[in-house]
This record gives sequence, C-alpha cells and structure tokens, in this order.
Amino acid sequence: MSAQLVVTRGGTTSRITLALLAFAVIVLAATPWFFGVGGSGRAVALLVYVLLAVMWNALAGFAGLVSIGQTLFFGVAAYTTIRLSNAGLDPYLAILASVAIGAVLGYVTSLFMLSLKDGEFAIGMWVLSSLAHLCVNLDPLIQGETGTSLISLNGYAIETRSSITLWLALVLTLAVLAALFALLRSPTGAAITAVRDDELGARSIGVNVIRTKRIVFVLAATGTAAAGALWLASNLNFQPRAFFGVHWTAYMLFMVLVGGLGRIEGALIGAVLFFVIETFFASYGAWYLVGLGGVAVFFALVLPNGLWGWIGPRLPGEAIPTGYIINKSKT
Amino acid sequence: MISQLIGAVLLGGYYAVLATGLAFMFSVMNIINLAHGALIVLSAYGLYVLGGMMGLPIAIPIMIIVMFVVGLALHALILARASKGGELLPLLATFGLSIILDNLMFQVFGADSLSLAPLVGDLSWASFELPGFIFVGKLSVYTLIAAVAVIAGLEWLLRRTTLGHRIQATSQDRATARLLGIDTARTAAIATGLALATGVIAATALGLRTAWGPYAGSAQLLFAFEAVVIGGMGSLWRVLWGAMILALAQSLAAMIHPQGFLIGGHLAFLLAVFWRLRGGAFSLNRLLGREVRT
Repeated sequence: MSAQLVVTRGGTTSRITLALLAFAVIVLAATPWFFGVGGSGRAVALLVYVLLAVMWNALAGFAGLVSIGQTLFFGVAAYTTIRLSNAGLDPYLAILASVAIGAVLGYVTSLFMLSLKDGEFAIGMWVLSSLAHLCVNLDPLIQGETGTSLISLNGYAIETRSSITLWLALVLTLAVLAALFALLRSPTGAAITAVRDDELGARSIGVNVIRTKRIVFVLAATGTAAAGALWLASNLNFQPRAFFGVHWTAYMLFMVLVGGLGRIEGALIGAVLFFVIETFFASYGAWYLVGLGGVAVFFALVLPNGLWGWIGPRLPGEAIPTGYIINKSKT
Repeated sequence: MISQLIGAVLLGGYYAVLATGLAFMFSVMNIINLAHGALIVLSAYGLYVLGGMMGLPIAIPIMIIVMFVVGLALHALILARASKGGELLPLLATFGLSIILDNLMFQVFGADSLSLAPLVGDLSWASFELPGFIFVGKLSVYTLIAAVAVIAGLEWLLRRTTLGHRIQATSQDRATARLLGIDTARTAAIATGLALATGVIAATALGLRTAWGPYAGSAQLLFAFEAVVIGGMGSLWRVLWGAMILALAQSLAAMIHPQGFLIGGHLAFLLAVFWRLRGGAFSLNRLLGREVRT
C-alpha cells in the first residue's frame, strides 16, 4: 500500500457554487418573461455592478493597483458607443466595438501609467479620467454637460431592446468572468498571485511584474468599458458627469472592500449586496453616500479581508477554485 | 500678455499652498492623503462659520489649531491603523473619508457656493498698479507670499529643529527611529497635524479668491497632486516651481481655447509623467537632497 498524491482543482463546494451561479444565470436570462422591461433594466444594473466589482477587484486585489479613475474606461466606452452609433453603426455593434476600444485604450494607458507607484497611480488615473471627461465635453455632439442620448436604440421596440441589452450584458459578463477565471488558473495566474502577495519576492523568482500587471490592467479596462457601454444601453441618456463621476469609484471601493479584496467570490458578494442596498437606500441621496463611505472605511480598517475573508475559510474547499488541491489517497 | 503671465505666476502661489501639505505628508508618511482636498474645503467652511462670528484674523489661528488637532485624530483613528495593512489600505481609507466628508458637507451646508470675500472688505478685488497699466491683485500677491512663508517654515522645521530631525528619522526607517528612542507614532501624528494646519492657509486662499461648494475638494486635490508631480522631488521649493508650471500651462491653454484651462494642467501633468518614466521615486532623502544632520 503506497500513499499517492491526487491533484484536483475543485471539490463539492465549487460544484455547489457552479450550480448556484448557473441557476443565477438562468434566472437572469429569463427576467424579460417574468419581470418585464423594468426587471430587465434592474438585471442589467446588477450585471454592471458585477462587472465593475470583479474588474476593480482584479486590479486592486490581484495586481495591487488602486485606481480612482476607472471611470476613464467606463465613460469613454459610453462616449464611443454614442459616437459610433451616431456615425451609422448599429448600436449593439457599437457597444462591442467600444469594448474593443476600451481594451486598446487600456493597453496604451498601461504603457506609461504602470510606471507610477501606489498613490501616484491612483490619482494619476483620476487625472486621465478627468482629462477624458473634459475632452468629451468639447465634442459638439455631446453639448457639454447637457449630454445626449443613444437615439439609434429607439430603432428597436422597447421590449426587444431591453431583452437584447440584458442578454448582451449577460454574455459579456460571463465572458469577462470566464477570462479572469481562466487567467487565474493559468501559469500567469500563479504569477499574479505571487505579485499580489509579495511583489519583490515575485520579481526575485523571475516573474515579469510589469507584464503581469499589464495583463490584469488591460482585462480590467476591457471589462469596465463593457460595463460603461451596457450602462448607456440600459439608461440611454449620456450625461458626461453621470459617467465620469467619482461616485462610481466609491461604488467599486464599497463593493470590493465589503465583499473581500483579492477574491472573485468577494467581489460577487459585494456587487449583490450593493445592488440590494442601492435598491432600498439610493433615495437618501448624500446620506446614502456618507453611509457607503463609512462602511467602506470601517471594512478597510477593521475587516480588511471583507465578508468573504470571514465566510471563505469556514467552507470546505474553495468556492471558485483557482489553485490546486493536493490530497493523499491510499491505493 | 504680461499681466496674464504675472497672473499665472501668482496663481501658482495658490497651488503651492495647496500642494505643500500633500507633499509634506507624502514624504514623511509615504501616504498620499486622498482626503487632502476635502479637508481643505472643511477648513474653508470652518473659517466661514468662525469668521462670521469673530472675524477672519481671529478665525484663522483658531482653525489652524483645530485642524492640527483634527490631524492628530486622523492619524490616531485612521492612518496609523491603515498603514499597518500595506500600501493599499491608506489609499482606500482616505478615499472613503473624502466621500464621507464631501457628502456630509453637502448635507450640512447645502449645495450653495460660499465665499470668504465679504469678510475682508475690498481685499479680494483690490489691486496694485505697476508701471505700464498692469494691475496685480493684492490677494494673489499675499497668497504667493504666504506660500513662500509656509514652505520656508516647513523647510526650516525639517532641517533645523529637533522635531524636524525626528520627522526625518521616522520617515527614513521607523524601526531604527524607535530603537533610538523616538516616539514614531507621536511624530507621525504631529506631521499629519502640520500638514492639515497648512491646509487652513490654503483654505483661506481658496475662500477669498473664489466661491466654493461642498464638492470642491476633488478639484483641489487634483491641482495639488499635479503640482507635486510636475515639480518633482528634491525640496519643498520644487513644489513651488511645479505649481507655477501648472498655472502657466493652464493659463496658456485657456488663451488657446476658452475651455482649455483644466485640460492644459492635465496635459502638463502627463508630460511630467512621460519625462520621468520609470525614474524618480519620492522619498524624504530626495526631498531634502542630503543626509540628516543632528
């Protein structure tokens, strides 16, 4: 009888999580039939929050890059969607094109922004977002802060439009999540985790830190751009301030800190929690934002690992497994 | 043209006062305080309330003491805790604080724009006349003088006083400083208090030169940050040059396009980033440009 090592990449917990996620996807996909146009709009909002939380978490939690200015990609994607559809492109193709533009913008930005450190990077991104906001305001089509609408979407009947937007949001969210999951399970994922845990140590064992950070940064830019274009498709109105506003960064901070920095599960929980809180408390205006900021600061200081930092270790195995599980089995 | 150039140089004085506190705190504690702008706006509201009761000349010293104490509290409650958890948490916590402050000030003081100008008679629009019919606002001249005084004061403090040497030691190596018997937590708290106290000078300048609203903090933070990055490190005096270059870039861009003012500043910031790509780390050693002498 000899002890053998069995390597697995999942377990009961991850199978249950997968089943739960699959159930959530089916419910979301069926929303138009059960909850109508209004329900579809809320479902798109939830998916946009999921995209923003997962992407900001990838950036801050995995690459160690806190960005105050992810609204750069959010706002520019909405703007390019308006511009392209104004030029005659079908609005849904314009959304997909804007996601691609977001990826390119992310790559170009990464070439110089990643050389900045911590706080410099954080506010530097804010400057870029502010610069993009000012430049968008100069475009006569946008009419400054007055803004404009994605008029061409009116070519679709309202039921068709809201369903297509929802399904497109679902497909894009799943694609981005799958890309992140695959990335974290690949050899690059090990490098990302190493950079997260100890940048200097990772460098000393031969990890190309800048390249690793760039991969995560470009993915985050792409996902955030998708969120911006989808938010526009769902709300139709484009007012630059509503897309480039720093309140989006506050939302991302809240979702990621409360859910749990550095875990996909945490970002998902944070997004769902934020969706529920927003549904009930958004009408409180500025007090609502005071509360969000207060809770975020509390978590940063007292529970820096968030809710998932408390739930995760109490589960047998990982819910979304990105590592390897090694068991000794006797044969 | 000449009067616009003079105006830009004087505007640089305002940005320098804004940026000095941010740069000081960053070089001492290695924390970029994202609530810097919101705290300056908070000081401006404090000056507005106190100044209305007892006049600005008495309100300013009181607010300096108040904000120094707020700085001690900020360090004890948030910064000391957050900086133990790595580089990210201070950023997250101070950004959260800025969200709280912005929206609290909106709830307490409303969306109206306020100004300190009515408290000082004609100072906010009075001007000196130079030869050649060039008029220079008295207020912006005084702001520039205040900026130079604040920077000179902090430089003197860092280089010539025992407290300054303690601050330098704490910023270079906390563990060793503690071994030498320096109370590093107390030193860092005092540094935070000093940074916020300089913010009161910035708030005075802000409130006298324009009307401000509850959400004005983020714009002030961006100006301060851009001035610091453009100036680079070497001494706090470089913040003054950075602030002037920022103001010049903004004024030039505003001449080219009516809405170009802010864009010009952001472009100058980007140029500065390209300029020192992969170079220049901030540290107090570089800031002072020489070794510590005791």
